[in-house]
This record gives sequence, C-alpha cells and structure tokens, in this order.
Amino acid sequence: MNGEAPFVPDERDRALMLATQEGLPLAVRPYHALAERLGWAPEEVFARLARLHAVGVIRRIAAAPNHYALGYVANGMSVWDVDDERVDELGQWLAAQGEVSHCYRRPRALPLWRYNLFAMFHARERAEVERAVAVAAVRLAACFPGAVRAHEVLFSSRILKKTGVRLDF
Amino acid sequence: MRERRPATLDDLDRQLLWALQDDLPLCERPFAVLATGLGVSEEEVLQRLRRYLAEGIVTRFGPFFQVERMGGAFCLAAMAVPEERFDEVTVAVGAFPQVAHNYRREHALNMWFVLAATRPEGIVETARAIENAVSLPVWLFPKEREYFVRLRLRP
Repeated sequence: MNGEAPFVPDERDRALMLATQEGLPLAVRPYHALAERLGWAPEEVFARLARLHAVGVIRRIAAAPNHYALGYVANGMSVWDVDDERVDELGQWLAAQGEVSHCYRRPRALPLWRYNLFAMFHARERAEVERAVAVAAVRLAACFPGAVRAHEVLFSSRILKKTGVRLDF
Repeated sequence: MRERRPATLDDLDRQLLWALQDDLPLCERPFAVLATGLGVSEEEVLQRLRRYLAEGIVTRFGPFFQVERMGGAFCLAAMAVPEERFDEVTVAVGAFPQVAHNYRREHALNMWFVLAATRPEGIVETARAIENAVSLPVWLFPKEREYFVRLRLRP
C-alpha cells in the first residue's frame, strides 16, 4: 500500500461512482447519458470523473474481459514459499515474467499454508502455464540459490463470481 | 456458470477487445475516438461492445475502482469447502456485495475470492459474516506488497 493519504470521495462523488458501478451507459455520448441519469450538468460529470481518475480512485474506464472467452482458459495461481529476507527480490523478478498478471507478497497461514509469494499466470493452455512456472522455478533456483523452498500452482477450474468491485458505501 | 468455451472472434473483434482494455477517453464521444483509430463507425464499436456484454465476452465496461485510494481495502480470501456443500457455499459467498470475484481452485483450499471494502474494517467484518453464514473458517491473505505488472489479454 502506498503512503499517500486516501482521497475521501464526497457525497456527489459517491453518487457518481454508484451510478457507474454496473457499467458506463453504452451510448454515443456515455458521459452525457450518465449526467442525464443523475440529473446533473455534463460538465460536473466530466470534472468529477477527471478528478477521481487523477487521484487514482478510478484506475481506468475500460472493459473487464472474460479470460475464458478470449481463449485464456488456463489461469494458474503460482504460490511460492520463499525466504522472507529475499521475497521482494524474487517478487520483482517474477512480476517481470510475460505471463504474470499480478504478483503479491502475502502472509503465510501456518501450518495450513506455507506460501508467501503469489503470482498469477495466464495462458491458453494449462500445459503452457505449467511450462512457464517450471521455467520460472528453474531460473529462480539458479538466480537465487536456496531462496525458494517449495512452490505449487493452483488452477482455477470454475469462475464462481465475477462482478468486479461493488462499493459498500 | 461462465465456464465458457473461447468465443469465435474476427479480426475486428480482436483489435477492439484489445483497445477496449485501455482507458476510455474522457470526452464527449469517446467511442468515436476508438472507432476512428480502428477505421470503423462509432455505431459498429457500440454494437460490438453491447454484444460482448450480452454474450459474456466482456463482463463489465466501466470505471475500475481502486478502493485502497479511497481508504478502503482489497483482500484475497480462501476457504476449504466440503465437496457436498460447494454449490450452497458458492451461492452464500456470492451474495455478499464485497465479494468481487470468486474462483474454484484445485487444492484443499478450494474456494478463493477477493473482498473489496470501502472501509478497511469491512474486510474482517465481511470475512466474519461469511464465516457465520456458512460455518466454515475464512482465511485472509492481505497483500503485504504488490510487485508491479500489467497484463492485457491479446485476444
């Protein structure tokens, strides 16, 4: 988490975000349609969206694609039990691999869960993910001897929910 | 639900699905900007986007919220759900608005979901509420550090 003070959305920011959380109106003038829905002037919608975007509360306005539909049917969460002293070095290294979409350091939950580094791999086939993770494991062992104690890949076999963030204001 | 086979996509679909993963311009007619870039009409872009949403190729089109920037939190969570209770627990977990997505994974911890809350306490409160609802422990794996990457899926 970064050290910046959080941006606290005011009531109108919240109303605007709630009005878009199911999605942007698919109209020729989507922001005008949004303004109309809210009963606001379009200028206010533009100004508030620009500000929320500038401060990072809105990351981007874009499509959330279904990985499966785009052919990325193999989604593997690789998890690594890494020496705590070196986990950041390894995390940065893993994040730079082409197939990796997210890479995080997380706490272990011993004795049930020994892993402290998580990297999501996406590919069109399961074998491709397995290969990419195996290549990463070999390279990590060579570049950081002894730092990785164990790893495994958890494949997703079903999407149970994928609505994205709903704001619980 | 949604274990769908890969969709049949033409070249324009591929280009459009690539472009739609980028930030939409904040201007009066943003789809016209996209359309010009791809050499098609604005209406074509909108029609295709509506189709992607209807067919589940795109699950949502809109702003991506960073709840941490507004003082909230995201957290990865997992549960070990007995096979015979899996569907029932899926429904119960899915009913919480704080659950942004949920995947079945092949492991003793077989249900992995992401919680998003606009207040930091919302994560633990929601986890406890899920535990109460399904009588199973929820394991929280908050991120301690994020290593920066950004993936776009080439359709």
